Parts: sequence; C-alpha cells; structure tokens
Amino acid sequence: MLVTLRVRRFNPETDLEPRFQEYTVDVPEHFTVLDALITIRERIDGTLAFRYSCRMAICGACGMRINGLAGLACKTALRSALNDGTVTLEPMGNMPVAKDLVVNMEPFWHHLRTVRPYIEPHPARIGPQNEYRISPELVDELSEVVRCIMCGACFSDCTVDEIDINFLGPAALARAGWLVRDPRDSRAADRLRELSKPHGIWDCTRCFFCVQVCPKDVKPMEQILRLRRLAVEAGITDNNGARHTQAFVDSVKETGWLDEFTLVPKSWGWNPVALLPELPTAVRMLVRKRAPSPVHPRQPGVDEVRNLFEKTERKRSVKDDA
Amino acid sequence: MLRHDLLVVGAGGAGLRAALAAARSGVDVAILSKVHPLRSHTGAAEGGINAAFSEQDSWENHAYDTVRESDWLADQDAVEVLTREGPDAVYELDHMGAIFSRGPDGRFLLRPFGPEGIPRTVFAGDTTGHVVLQTLYQQVLKDRLRVYEEWLVLDLILEDGFCAGVLAYEIPTGTVHAVAARAVILATGGAGRLYASTTNAFICTGDGMAIALRNGIPLKDMEMVQFHPTTLPGSGILITEGARAEGGYLLNARGERFMGRYAPRMMEQAGRDVVCRAEQTEVDEGRGVNGCVLLDLRHLGEAKIMSRLAHTRELCVTFAGVDPVHEPVPVRPGAHYFMGGIHTDLVGRTTIPGLYAVGECACVSVHGANRLGGNSLLELLVFGRRVGENAAEFARNQKGVEISEARVRDAERELARIVSRSDGERWAALRDILGNTMSREMGIFRTGEGMRQCLAVIKELQERYKRVRLDDRGRVYNYDLVSAIELGFMLDVAEAVVVSGLARQESRGAHYRRDYPKRDDDNWLRHTVVHRDPLGNLHLDYLPVRITRWLPAARVY
Repeated sequence: MLVTLRVRRFNPETDLEPRFQEYTVDVPEHFTVLDALITIRERIDGTLAFRYSCRMAICGACGMRINGLAGLACKTALRSALNDGTVTLEPMGNMPVAKDLVVNMEPFWHHLRTVRPYIEPHPARIGPQNEYRISPELVDELSEVVRCIMCGACFSDCTVDEIDINFLGPAALARAGWLVRDPRDSRAADRLRELSKPHGIWDCTRCFFCVQVCPKDVKPMEQILRLRRLAVEAGITDNNGARHTQAFVDSVKETGWLDEFTLVPKSWGWNPVALLPELPTAVRMLVRKRAPSPVHPRQPGVDEVRNLFEKTERKRSVKDDA
Repeated sequence: MLRHDLLVVGAGGAGLRAALAAARSGVDVAILSKVHPLRSHTGAAEGGINAAFSEQDSWENHAYDTVRESDWLADQDAVEVLTREGPDAVYELDHMGAIFSRGPDGRFLLRPFGPEGIPRTVFAGDTTGHVVLQTLYQQVLKDRLRVYEEWLVLDLILEDGFCAGVLAYEIPTGTVHAVAARAVILATGGAGRLYASTTNAFICTGDGMAIALRNGIPLKDMEMVQFHPTTLPGSGILITEGARAEGGYLLNARGERFMGRYAPRMMEQAGRDVVCRAEQTEVDEGRGVNGCVLLDLRHLGEAKIMSRLAHTRELCVTFAGVDPVHEPVPVRPGAHYFMGGIHTDLVGRTTIPGLYAVGECACVSVHGANRLGGNSLLELLVFGRRVGENAAEFARNQKGVEISEARVRDAERELARIVSRSDGERWAALRDILGNTMSREMGIFRTGEGMRQCLAVIKELQERYKRVRLDDRGRVYNYDLVSAIELGFMLDVAEAVVVSGLARQESRGAHYRRDYPKRDDDNWLRHTVVHRDPLGNLHLDYLPVRITRWLPAARVY
C-alpha cells in the first residue's frame, strides 16, 4: 500500500527552524509506523533520525507524536493512523528537540529522579531472609504502575507541563504512587508530604491526556488522584489543593450547591497575604458584575444531598475495611 | 580525559548489576551504553528467573536440569555457582524493590518452566525482564552512578597487555572520547540481529563480542545460537515459553499436538532446540500454516491469560492481529540467544588482565549448547554481582595508565573516512544479505556445504563493507553512521559463528547438522575457542568441558 509519512524535521547543524518533509513509500498492509520509518531510513533517506530498539512496545524508545498525539511508533498500526493515506509524525512535546524525531528527555528524567524512584527501607529494620511477604492483590494493583516503560508519552502531552515545566508530570508521579504503597518502603508519609508541595499531585488539572496517550495503560492521572486521597487520609491537608477539594465538599454538603464566593479564600486558607494578589481580579469581577453573590442560601432538599454524602462515605469505609 | 576506576560497557541487566556490585564495594564506577539503560534488551525478557526456591527442589536438581539442557556442554562448576547462588540473587532483587508475582501466602509464585516441570521460575506476570531492568536502574539512580548515555563503544584500549579503557562515540554530538579505566567490564549483550528473523531488539548487534575478537581475545562456543520456538511471523517478536509452561499447546495444520511424535514425555515442554526442530520439520513436511505452527492457549481461559500472560496477549493482538483468548496464534522459530560469547572464567576474567565480560556477551559457560529457559536473567544477577565485585577488587589494586590522545585522533579519522565516502552501497542492503544467509544456513538445521557457502558470503560482505556509503554526513545523532559501525561488528561476529560451527562435526543442542546428526562425545565434548590473529585470520582451539558430577547421558524427552 502506498503511504505518505509527513515528518517534522530539524537538524540543528543546518536548520534554523523545523520543516515538514513528505516521504511516500510502498509498504505491506500490516506495517507499523515504526516499520515504515525504518524503511525510509534504510532505503530512502539515511539522514532521518529517530530512536527505536525493541519494536515490541517494551523498551519505550520510539515515543513520538503521531497525528498530534504522543505514542509508540512500534505499537501503532500504520493503517489505523492514516488520514487520506498520510500520517503526520512529530517529536514529542515538552522536551527540546535534538534532531528530527529525537528529543532530549532530560526534563523527564529530572522529574523521575526528583521523586526518589527507589525503595528506601527503614535503616533499622532488618528485612526477611528470603522475599518480603506481599499480598497478591497488592501486586496486581501495583503492576498497573510497574508496567510503565518510561517512554515519555504522558509527559509529552501533559497540558500542565506545557505551562509549568516544573510540574513533576504523570510518569514520575505514577512511579511515586507505587513507592508510597510499597510495604518495603519506609518513607510513605515523607513522600506524600513532598508530593503535596507545589508542582506536585495537586497541580494536575485532570485533563485526561496522559490516560489517553499512555501506550501501557498505566492511567497516570488515576495514580495521581489516588495519591491525593492517600495524602488527605494521612492528614497532609495544609496546602491549597487539599483545601480546595475540602471547600467543594463542605460547601455542597452544607448548602447543597457550590459557594463560589468563599471557594478561593478557603482554598488559600483565609491567608490574607496569599489572597492579596487576587484582590485586583476580585475587584474587576465585581465591576463587570461577574462576581458570585456573597449571599449563599441553602437549597431546598439539602438533607438529601447530605444523605448521599453519608452513604458514599459509609460505602468507602466498608470497602477500605474489606 | 575521562577517568574512572571501573567502566562498565552496556546497561542491561548484567551491566547494571555488575556496576551496582562494584560501586557498593567502594570504587568509582561509570556505565557507558549506546542507549538509555531502560531501552536495553533485558527489558524484553518475559518468562522468569529460575532458582531452587521450594523445599521439593534443590540446587542440584536445578544444576542437573541446566547441564542436561546444555547437552552436557556447560561447565559444571560454573553451573554450580549459578544454581547455588540463585535464590539469594533473586531475594536480593526483591529487597531492591522488584515486584514479582505472589501467591496467597504473600510468597513468590513459581511457574514450571522447562522440561522437568518443577515449579522453579519466579516471574512478574510475563514482563519479568522489564521488572528486573527497572529495579536495577532504580538502584543506579539511588547510587547516583555516572551513566554515559547514548555512547557507542568503538574499541578497547590495551596498554602493555592490560586493558586501560575504551574508545567511545558520543552519539548526540558525534565526538570520539577515550575513557580511561583501571578495569573494564563488557556487558554488551547478544547478537540476534545477525539473523533476519530474531526476537532480539535492533540494538543486539554483538558489539562487545566483535571488539574482543578484533583485539585477539578468544570467543567460546560461538556456534551455539538458541532459537526460540514461539516467535511471531514477520516481526520475530517473542511469545514467552511461559505460554507453554502455563499449559499452551502447539498444533500443526491438521490440529494435531505434533510434539507427541518428537517428545512423547515432555511434549511442548521439551528442550527449546528440540521443539524448534519439530516445528520446522512439521512445516517442511507440509503440515504448517503459512510457514508457522499454531500456539493454542484458548483452553487456559481468559482469566488465566489475563493474569499470567497479559503482555503476551497484548503482543499477539497488536503485532499479529490475533487474540489468543479466541484463536490460536501462528508462531515459528526465531534466533533468540547466544550461548557463546567472550571466553571468561568463573569471575568474568578474560585473557586480558583488567578486561571482564558478563551476561549474554560472555561465555562462562553455564548454557553450553542449549540454554534452559529462565536461566539468562538468573545468570546476569548471579554473575553480574560476582564479576562486578571481582573487577572492582582488581581496579582497586591497579595503577592508572596514560592513554595517548593519538588513539582518539585515529578513531576520528577512521569515522571521517566512512562519513565522507561518496559512492558505495548502503549498509542496510548488506545487512539484509547477512541476515537472510545466516537464517538459511546457520539456523536450526545446518550442513557443511551450507556453512561453507555462508562463510563465503560473509567474506564477500566484509569486502563490500569497506565501501559502505552513508546518507548522513552530520555529527548530531548520526544514526546512519551508528548502524554502519554496528554492521561492521555483526560481520565479524558472524564469521566467528560460522567458522566455529563448520568445525564442529556433530550435532549437540542448538548446533544440529544434517550431515552429522549424532552427538559425538568422544570427539566433541569440548568447547570451541576462536580467536583472531593480527592479520585478521581466525584460529580454532578447544578446551575440555569441566565435568564435576554429572556424566554425559542421552537427552530423552
């Protein structure tokens, strides 16, 4: 089948800015995007640079943007990626381009190192002579995170990292989510405290992109949400993220609907110094009549809402006990 | 100049384990790898790690199975080390943070791997290698070891008969460096890419083996190349032996479990070489399905497939368009593992003081003529640690040697010559010929005539290689040049494989000759050792097999 690969190219030695180049090749129907790229570099243009190694979706080398979304070239069937016979390939995002489809992944590795992605047993605790006892249920749960291959697809398409490159990002946080729950590790509480700081778990906007692009179905966002729950349960609530969540809960539970007027001050812990910079925004909102009303009456039927809360909480505590 | 006490070349399981052991014994260690450590091929290992964990098992049982599977070519003292230290090596990895599958009591779940069906194989679903590699790399981060990422080793630096470091090519910038070290460990992996159809990653091009050969360092048992019975057609992607260990059947076009004719006792669990030959015979005699046989997992049920073989299912669906829950999967043999490699002793020493080798690029030898499935991950844990500690000890007592900058300039000139050549052939064309010829003549069935032809082709390709032309003339990420350098390595390793195989006039394990179909212990119960002289000619020597307990017997399945 005749296909066209539209590849974003950039050679730092000769190019001032990236350009697109189109390659039209005749390849078998069952080819992956990676197979087609290899055909190009071997038969047509040996200057085209991209990383690849295992070609079986386990080494994580061939991450790139395929039609605008990050993924593994080796795991993407060419046929499924064609639009009118063309597939567009670009380097991953949120990382500097080194050449063509090769990015410098240092920002990604930096975040991984930051979360101390290794077991830290208690120095005074002597481990068993043989293996640690771990329940098969926990192993099953953790294996969802363990299977992350560090390809960088989630980081590439993370919308928070796009505006704040210091955000630890989906992969590093997911990996931390394993270590926090690993019975061999002794730093769960410290880890949760560190992860609750700015650029950590509370900065995720839940845009779902990481879940969508992950080629190994790690669901990084769900791991981040789980970390939030664990942090709150561990009493680590002295931060805007945890307070913001609590403000939602309190308001709806109390009145049946969201009190937008107090949401911001509550999230900031009524801290006047922190709130001061928000004042001009508040004034502008008042002037343009966009400010929520300070009057926040209880809705009729709020008892039913409260009932729902109690039921859910009871359900969860039963689940936790089980 | 860059300088370390110890330099480990290669960042797969063996290299990382060795580096960690060395660093923890107090020397300054650096790791050099042509890819990021997590891209190493160890990550693709699926099935598991053998060790005598259970009370019904013993290291002697495991050792005996290993020796028998090796067709008695493994050195039994080396096998003893492997199997005695096995359980501890795996516990150690568990303490480092590896997540292995557990039973209801929270202890390791064991999978029956290989012919004897003893539950001895610890695993992490069917991505055991991935877990091993991630765990070791996490420890490398913990210890903050220096890693030269995306540096391709070009050559060894030998001074006064000692190994003094390596020359390496920094792929991101196109710069040649000399890295001085008091000791060097080669852990560069296998060379499956010599074959057109292989389970191996594209990076498995035998770099370390070729560099050793070029420096006159002997390679051992290079003719022993394991083929894996279950790989996907076209891509060669590995379907784990775990699929058969969990109860999968092999069927021919008539729906028969044909292994009954070849191995009535062990059936699908017979030795890998035996199963490969059976599959190929079925296909050659017209009972195949488009050059394949069928792996049937349907009777295992979706639940078991999802808990034990989830990655396998994903591979089948993605790369063969077949869901093993509902349909049998077409499979065929593919080149998988080099039992042979750089000749070392039990602590990884080569013939050059200061140079060590470990993992698939080395041959200690624990695999002999046919590796027992589940023993390669074990080898890299056990021998990685031993070799790392030993090399560190050597490095501590060694003075550093000055390396002349001329070596760097010579290497730069050599690369510039390749890059500037304006007419000639593409490396890919030569590699295709190599792969097809090796698959045809050095595969599951071999003949003297075929191997002689194969050798002639390799000699011709080595000549044509001198005129290879590149498209890319740049310095930054010139993968065109990297691939050309790798092809040079592959051609040299291929020559050693064929020369070794041609000389061995018997059939043993993976080396099966139609013209010598019987094992011949009187003449060939010995290791092939090949080395290259300064003129480039290969010479063969032989070493006795070290037999301590188990006298050779027939392998019966």
